[in-house]
Amino acid sequence: MSRYLGRKLVIYILTFFLAVTIDWLIPRLMPGDPINVMISRLGPRNPEEVQLLRDYYLRLFALDVPMWQQYVNFWKSVFHGDLGRSTLYFPRPVLDIIKRSVPYDIFLLLPAILTSWFAGNNFGAIAARRRWLDNTVLPMGYILTAMPYMWLALLLAWSLGIVAGWFPIAGAYSFELRPHLSILFIKDLLWHWFLPFLSLFMVMFGGWAIGMRNMIIYELEADYSRYLETLGAPSGLIRRYAFRNALLPQITGLALQLGTIVAGAVGTEVAFAYPGIGNLIVQAIQNQDYFLIQGCFLFVVLGVLVANFLIDIVYVIVDPRTRLGMAGEVA
Amino acid sequence: MTLQVENLTLYYRTLRGDARALEDATFTMVDGEIMGVAGESGCGKTTLGHGIVLLKPPMKFVRGRVVLDGEELPIWDTEAMKKFRFRKIAIIPQYAMNALNPTRKIGKMISEILRSRGVNFKSIEPELKRRLDLVGLTYDVLDMYPIELSGGMKQRVVLVLSTLLNPSVLIADEITSALDVSTQKAVMEMLVGFRDRRIVKSIMVITHDISILYQVADSIMVMYAGQLAEKASTEVIIHQPRHPYTKLLISSLPKVGVRYTETQLRGIPGSPPPLLDPPPGCRFQERCPVAFDKCREVPPFLELEPGHFVACWREF
Amino acid sequence: MKLKERSEFLYFAWENKKLRIGVSIILFFLIFAIVGPDLAKYPPLEYVEAAAFPPSREHWFGTTIFGQDVFSQFVHGLKATFVVGLIGGSLGTLLGIVIGFTAGYRGGMVDEILNLITNVVLTIPSLAVLIIVAAYLTVRGILTESLLIGLTSWPWAARAIRAQTFSLRVREYVDMARISGMKAWRIIFGEIAPNMMSYLLLVYILQFGGAILYAASLDFIGLGPTNAVSLGLMMNYALLWAALPLGIWWWFVPPGAAITAIVGALYVTNVGLDEVFNPKLREM
Repeated sequence: MSRYLGRKLVIYILTFFLAVTIDWLIPRLMPGDPINVMISRLGPRNPEEVQLLRDYYLRLFALDVPMWQQYVNFWKSVFHGDLGRSTLYFPRPVLDIIKRSVPYDIFLLLPAILTSWFAGNNFGAIAARRRWLDNTVLPMGYILTAMPYMWLALLLAWSLGIVAGWFPIAGAYSFELRPHLSILFIKDLLWHWFLPFLSLFMVMFGGWAIGMRNMIIYELEADYSRYLETLGAPSGLIRRYAFRNALLPQITGLALQLGTIVAGAVGTEVAFAYPGIGNLIVQAIQNQDYFLIQGCFLFVVLGVLVANFLIDIVYVIVDPRTRLGMAGEVA
Repeated sequence: MTLQVENLTLYYRTLRGDARALEDATFTMVDGEIMGVAGESGCGKTTLGHGIVLLKPPMKFVRGRVVLDGEELPIWDTEAMKKFRFRKIAIIPQYAMNALNPTRKIGKMISEILRSRGVNFKSIEPELKRRLDLVGLTYDVLDMYPIELSGGMKQRVVLVLSTLLNPSVLIADEITSALDVSTQKAVMEMLVGFRDRRIVKSIMVITHDISILYQVADSIMVMYAGQLAEKASTEVIIHQPRHPYTKLLISSLPKVGVRYTETQLRGIPGSPPPLLDPPPGCRFQERCPVAFDKCREVPPFLELEPGHFVACWREF
Repeated sequence: MKLKERSEFLYFAWENKKLRIGVSIILFFLIFAIVGPDLAKYPPLEYVEAAAFPPSREHWFGTTIFGQDVFSQFVHGLKATFVVGLIGGSLGTLLGIVIGFTAGYRGGMVDEILNLITNVVLTIPSLAVLIIVAAYLTVRGILTESLLIGLTSWPWAARAIRAQTFSLRVREYVDMARISGMKAWRIIFGEIAPNMMSYLLLVYILQFGGAILYAASLDFIGLGPTNAVSLGLMMNYALLWAALPLGIWWWFVPPGAAITAIVGALYVTNVGLDEVFNPKLREM
């Protein structure tokens, strides 16, 4: 088991390394002078402020210092949690801004991922058994999983939000409210949460349902299933075994889908103006707030790495083969 | 116990029509008999073995009767057959090495399948352990996952499990094909031991390796392209075969001590007919050295001497 | 493929309903994308009419809030979609083939290193990388977008191809070829590649679809090509310019619907092809 997790950890550390390097490298490869761009974005400022910013940026980019030292400095500031200051929300530190957005992402993504995974898998399993259900679930699943996230978001916002008027279509809570602990606020929060949650859920659900249906069919035709049949085992037992074995690749599938989920989260948050990191990134891009972009990138990668690791731990617990040190990884 | 099979005919559904894999098989197995079923690949022996135990698509039941101990087996009805499987009739499949659920401990899987068949695991546990001893496995095996065992060990687990409820008939489908010669001997000896101890009453050994049958089988049934060619006691089949196919088969076997330079190995020229559209009558006609026009009619499987069945017009 | 095999293959391909439906839909949109710009009466970005007209005989898909013809934007965007799918998908597949096949065929140290690289790149969310690169490029074309997508989406293909190569490499006929002293490249092209062709096609179809979806996401958040119309961009503008509260549904419904239809058709085609190549999957 430790070998399996150990190998994964190595990959994640390397990935983090690569991500930080990309984060540091890309701005330096781009044409133009980012410092001037950043300062000019701040609008007219008095000369002292401009000089302060220029010094700050110069120090951070340290363009007079050799490259390798700039690189090391960057790492140092990352470990200190100093991701710079946002130009859009000047003078708030980037880390601060990101910290305020993360809870909304977790609030939105965690339930969506978990419920769609569970519901999708169960639906897929049932569809594999009954012909008539299979004939409806399958095409529906393909359509759902082929939908771009943001389009479904727009459709739901328009149909359930505007036309039916049941749900609000922007923000995490109503503009006139301040976050506080009360039934009123919680209800308002949930009302704003529902549509973005639903659109994420539906697209992901389609994917899981189809995947699970195929895996179950594959498992039901496996040798061990046939052998159980020759022993006269009731179909319930065979289905239970098939379900449990089919879940394993679905777990690794979840890890593989994280990249797509990030894309989906960004699209959905933008469509609903939901204040998560996805929305933040887009705002940062539109305003060329480079520090914010870089900080968000690091955070997203970090989040994906953590999620990957958690999924790996779950997989090790569930698949006995990995615990024995034998390869249990699905290629 | 007796197993009577009458006119059992099974086809395979394919996109291009029905492959006539087994045509009018009629034979009987008696108490304590180890009957070998031999023939080339595609002769229908696996179809026969699987058809009796687990008949499911793409296999198709066409006609016939299978009667075990006086009770007719409804092999065309997968649900109704469940109560016979494991208790009365069992199979050690060709894929035995993959037959165990990879994510379940072996002991757990055995207890779960037993429980689902209404057998209390605790009550049968001592017998289970005795059987494991018989095949040379330790009790620790129950606590392991299949991936921890070698192929041979897994096959032995399947042997123990399939026979755990003392079925009347055990079907062993190509269980020695993937093994080396010494392991083959060990496995076959285990099988015979199970019969001798009355754990199972009779065994149908399906294989293409006649030399194995010579060692363990009481009788041998030779099949060709879905039809029964000959059935007799082992001695008779090996030394006094009457069907042309059997004769050619026996004579094409290499004999120990005989050098290739002295006596050439003779094969049987040609290849089996396609099962989708077989020629009418005896399917061996095209390769048979003594075929004549009567062969265009299907020869019946007649008992020419006590216990010796042949399906060949020349022999009548 | 021998003649009999090929005609048999075509027979099954034609018979397969999923394949028929999928390919028809894709072809429909493809033809639409090719001839559409000629059918469109107005240039996509020109202000031609009073704003926000619903679909009418004059403007089949209505107009945007700026008074632009939605239909022309739609067909031009459709063309862009196919271009990105083609180039991005091809590049991703090509990289996947090179890396995945080398890793699977050579094995050993080469495989370990390549596998590590693949896993690392796979773990980084593609959209994040696309965003951070595209954000710094002030001028972007369709080609740039396609290249970026291809360069970040190959790991999935590499993994799949590596697994397939592994399983083919140990087949008996490859061993036969090796024993008989055939040169490596002949083994690769003569024995292994033909059996991988069908698999590669399936991989390519999925890469194509994935590229389209990623492009739509990028375009939607404003990081698409700076000078071209695209379906994602249409939805972006629709959102930004209050198409939702104003109910200008004809502005954002067609673009997303087209993407859904094309990608969905690609998936269904994939399944159908898999059935054709894999006789075991075919329904009786």
